[in-house]
Amino acid sequence: MAIATLDRAAKKGVTAVQEYALISGRALSNLFRRPFYGADIFTQADIIGVGSIPIVILTGFFTGGVLALQSASTLAQFGAAAVTGQLVSFSMIKELGPVLTSLMVSGRNASGMASELGSMMVTEQIDAMRALGTDPLKKLVMPRIVATVVMLFFLTIISDAIGILGGAAVSVFLLGQDSSQYFHNAYQSLRYADLVQGMVKPLIFGLIIATIGCYYGMTTRGGTQGVGRSTTQAVVVSSVLIIASDFVISRFMIGIFGR
Amino acid sequence: MSQAAVAPEIPQRTDDEPAVVFEHVSIGFEGKSVLDDISFTVKPGETRVLLGPAGVGKSVLLKMADGLMRPDTGRITVFGEEISSMPEQQLFALRGRIGIVFQEGALFDSLTVRDNVAYRLIEERIPEEEINQRVVEALRFVELEHTLDKFPSELSGGMRRRVAIARAIVSRPDLLLYDSPTGGLDPITSTTIIELVIKQRDVYHTSSLLVTHRLQDAFVLASHRFNREANKMEPLPEGQSDPQTSFLVLNEGKLVFDGSTHELVHSDDPFLKEYLS
Repeated sequence: MAIATLDRAAKKGVTAVQEYALISGRALSNLFRRPFYGADIFTQADIIGVGSIPIVILTGFFTGGVLALQSASTLAQFGAAAVTGQLVSFSMIKELGPVLTSLMVSGRNASGMASELGSMMVTEQIDAMRALGTDPLKKLVMPRIVATVVMLFFLTIISDAIGILGGAAVSVFLLGQDSSQYFHNAYQSLRYADLVQGMVKPLIFGLIIATIGCYYGMTTRGGTQGVGRSTTQAVVVSSVLIIASDFVISRFMIGIFGR
Repeated sequence: MSQAAVAPEIPQRTDDEPAVVFEHVSIGFEGKSVLDDISFTVKPGETRVLLGPAGVGKSVLLKMADGLMRPDTGRITVFGEEISSMPEQQLFALRGRIGIVFQEGALFDSLTVRDNVAYRLIEERIPEEEINQRVVEALRFVELEHTLDKFPSELSGGMRRRVAIARAIVSRPDLLLYDSPTGGLDPITSTTIIELVIKQRDVYHTSSLLVTHRLQDAFVLASHRFNREANKMEPLPEGQSDPQTSFLVLNEGKLVFDGSTHELVHSDDPFLKEYLS
């Protein structure tokens, strides 16, 4: 009995991975096939990118601020409070900017994609689209993947910049540090490898958010309850994958660049 | 490369070529058989009414006829093309000749009635002027030309179903698939929908496969014709039925009846007798 249950669970898991790979692969291969849904990409870029700017700005600002607040007191014990700017910029660009921005976008958009596509699945709108001669992977999934990857890249840059500004605001106005020293340290200590690391991550995370959101949406079953389940799963799975893949990418990048 | 260039050539239907052929088709889900060894044919201009209790697999069968689901075994041929193993890209081209009305209409809720009906034409990059003309024509057929700018949520259930019919016929298909077009509607609205199906059958002679579990609708379809002068349906003389309309009955995954209205009514099969009573 237990073996049969394990067997079923394993088969279900393998099928899910296979289905995920097929949906993502087919959607991406459609990128270079006509018709090209450029207008849909722009619409999604507006929803995903422009719509996420407020939460990304707020998250970035307060993360940079709290990072400066917490680290300054520890650094002061070693007489190194002057490198607060360096610590904030390093942390924001290499880790917190990409990861927190992705988690925010995941919470907002992976759920949105799963619920929107899920609702279309349970009301047979996806089947209707196929019956009307349109490939839903091309019309619905591909634009969401492209828009998320591109927009998350720029949202991360905004988050990094705002985070460093947030750290500066705390360092200068609350901790009484010198602003030019903060920005000098923040800028001078950065190397090409740090920027590459910070810029590669949102591309991967964007792919994770969009493909997971669309996968759960496109495989929704079981009416409105199923839509709710897909939405929750999309956020949980994409968040966990973002954090897990962040570790793998960081280790890989450190291996390549040595920092 | 344009899509037109990669789209396969679909051979035009000859007069006697069946629109749909199912040959020993079976399908199951999670190890449970749903349809078992189903074989039947839909001839050109013929309307086949698929009856059966709820949950017997009627919608699954209809979706397989449009290539939206694939059988586990057996062959499905539509206009001479075997679709059971046809790649999805080729199916998109073939579906240009098929119109389908889904159970709940399946209208795109974020698009207006005009854009819903025009969807296929917009995707095919047809000139705007022609799209508008054909959309109005299709909506006039279902008597809803005044709803162009409304969203599906602003329409009643019956109106949504009529818009779905307009969307299915706007491309002038050679085959129409109706999935319980009257499901969940009140008797008066159901009659309006069936009248449209009869109108499509008698005016355009489109081959069609209609799924329903409502016997009353099925018999109205068989016993009425559309009067073009009066622009309404009327009953056929007593004892007559439409020769182009015949029945298929599913029960427990098997096709238990395939024949004319007369044969169905006079069948000695115990299940059919009980089902029809």
